[in-house]
Amino acid sequence: MIDIGIGHYLVLGAIIFLIGIVGIFLNRKNIIVILMSIELILLAVNINLVSFSIFMNDISGQIFTLFILTVAAAEAAIGLAIIVVYYRNSGTIRVEEIEKLKG
Amino acid sequence: MITDIYYVIPEIFLSLSLMFLLLLGVFKKDGSKIVYNLSLVSLIITVPLILNVPSDSETLIFNDSYKIDYLSNFIKILIVVSTLFVLLTSSQYLKLIKIFNMEYPILILSSILGMMVMVSSNDLIVFYIGLELQSLALYVLASFNRDNILSSESGLKYFVLSALSSGLLLYGCSLVYGFSSSTNFSQISFNYEQSIEGVTFGMVFILVGLAFKISAVPFHMWAPDVYQGSPTSVTLFFAILPKIAALTVFIRFLYSPFVNLVDQWQSIIIFLSIASMLFGAIAAIGQKNLKRLAAYSSISHMGYVLAGLSAGTNQGIQSSVLYISIYLVMNLALFSCILMLKKDNKYYENIDDLSGLSKNHPLLSFSLLVVLFSLAGIPPLAGFFAKFYVFAAVIEQSMFFLAIVGLMSTVVAAFYYLRIIKVIYFDKEIDKFDTDHNLGLKISLTITTILILIYFIYPNSLIDFVSKINLV
Repeated sequence: MIDIGIGHYLVLGAIIFLIGIVGIFLNRKNIIVILMSIELILLAVNINLVSFSIFMNDISGQIFTLFILTVAAAEAAIGLAIIVVYYRNSGTIRVEEIEKLKG
Repeated sequence: MITDIYYVIPEIFLSLSLMFLLLLGVFKKDGSKIVYNLSLVSLIITVPLILNVPSDSETLIFNDSYKIDYLSNFIKILIVVSTLFVLLTSSQYLKLIKIFNMEYPILILSSILGMMVMVSSNDLIVFYIGLELQSLALYVLASFNRDNILSSESGLKYFVLSALSSGLLLYGCSLVYGFSSSTNFSQISFNYEQSIEGVTFGMVFILVGLAFKISAVPFHMWAPDVYQGSPTSVTLFFAILPKIAALTVFIRFLYSPFVNLVDQWQSIIIFLSIASMLFGAIAAIGQKNLKRLAAYSSISHMGYVLAGLSAGTNQGIQSSVLYISIYLVMNLALFSCILMLKKDNKYYENIDDLSGLSKNHPLLSFSLLVVLFSLAGIPPLAGFFAKFYVFAAVIEQSMFFLAIVGLMSTVVAAFYYLRIIKVIYFDKEIDKFDTDHNLGLKISLTITTILILIYFIYPNSLIDFVSKINLV
């Protein structure tokens, strides 16, 4: 059996974080995928914070996580609302067609 | 302690009045006018409340998570007063493009509440809550003209990139917390002797996230699109307030938790500063839209502010705060001019529309002349002094390369400001613009133009205020 230490959790967090970042930049299809990527980034942060908090025996990391969860929910709600408004105006949410503002 | 409450009375007042206005707006039919007026009143009341908070010495409240000092009070007053002017200038514009809704002043109030929490935060959690309160309101404001495709697209872009930057910033916060075992700014700087690499890694993420918020190059790509697409009054808000707040947070981070990592962050800030100054100056040359041009000009101005911060001395911080105060006045004047370009209930925002403006509107052209000269940094206007103090602070630390690059980019930037002046004064005149502007717009343009013009008579007036900021 391997002992699961803080390093494993941090690597997991870093991998999920990278998947989120890459998902935002490589995705050329759908804005909903970008929203999912943002959620992934926040989840990676939460994994980091909780594992640090457990291994250091310090509660404030877990409190921080609760705040992040709440704010992430609000952010997703506002993001979806903006996407709905955009869809009503343009009729599409494909990322490559968002190009009215250029210069 | 219950006495801690006395120090946050401005924030409590602002949040209570904001919730009251929200209720009023929901229950009263056509309540947008009264909500707008009452939000002006509550902003005016907030100013003496902030002045009333003792700020001579540094006070830590709520388990050291909230810091009241001279810097925080000074910035809070700047934020509230400039919001007052932003609201005054925007009412006519909002009515004409039919977005004079009761949510508008409420969103603005809630975002400046977030900024006030941000600038006096002394803890990662408090800082994050303030930042998100600010950004969530700003996402909605950017797409406030919801039937316009440009506005909704700019809101979408701002949302995606700002959420990404918040994510980066949070990842940095988690690393800093993990390697220094505290979320408190003052504790962090004591705790990271043995794990300096981890904290440095986290610090880079935090600086990247903050650079997004002030649109420093290479994290500027949202700024031109968002500035152009948002309603002009919101662009004015974007150009001034989030930048003041984010820069204060920059100062807080660099000089409190990361003060021992000067060697590590100094080169990052210098890079951001040089890149922003040069890119802002060069990319603005080909622009045709005034709002887009304002975005590039604000990118290069952020470069000068960061140059002041990179010096790592009290003088540097003071010069940056002074720069941002003068930048605020100049932007207010510039956007008041843009908001005056109205013909038959339609607003114009291209440089070509200014052609021959001086023949029909001598006063407006004169104000634009003063503002653009000041933005370009031509003496004896206020913008010159702002740049002068920053470069004085930089040269004091013998950072000559930064100063030379800054001066060179000033010369390049002068080209596109002067081009607008040439269009105004020497090109063929076109149709007259309307002159039935509301009183608030006229007052704010007059006050800001006069401030820019007469600043050189008594420059100590502002220096006396900022010289009380002592953080190092």
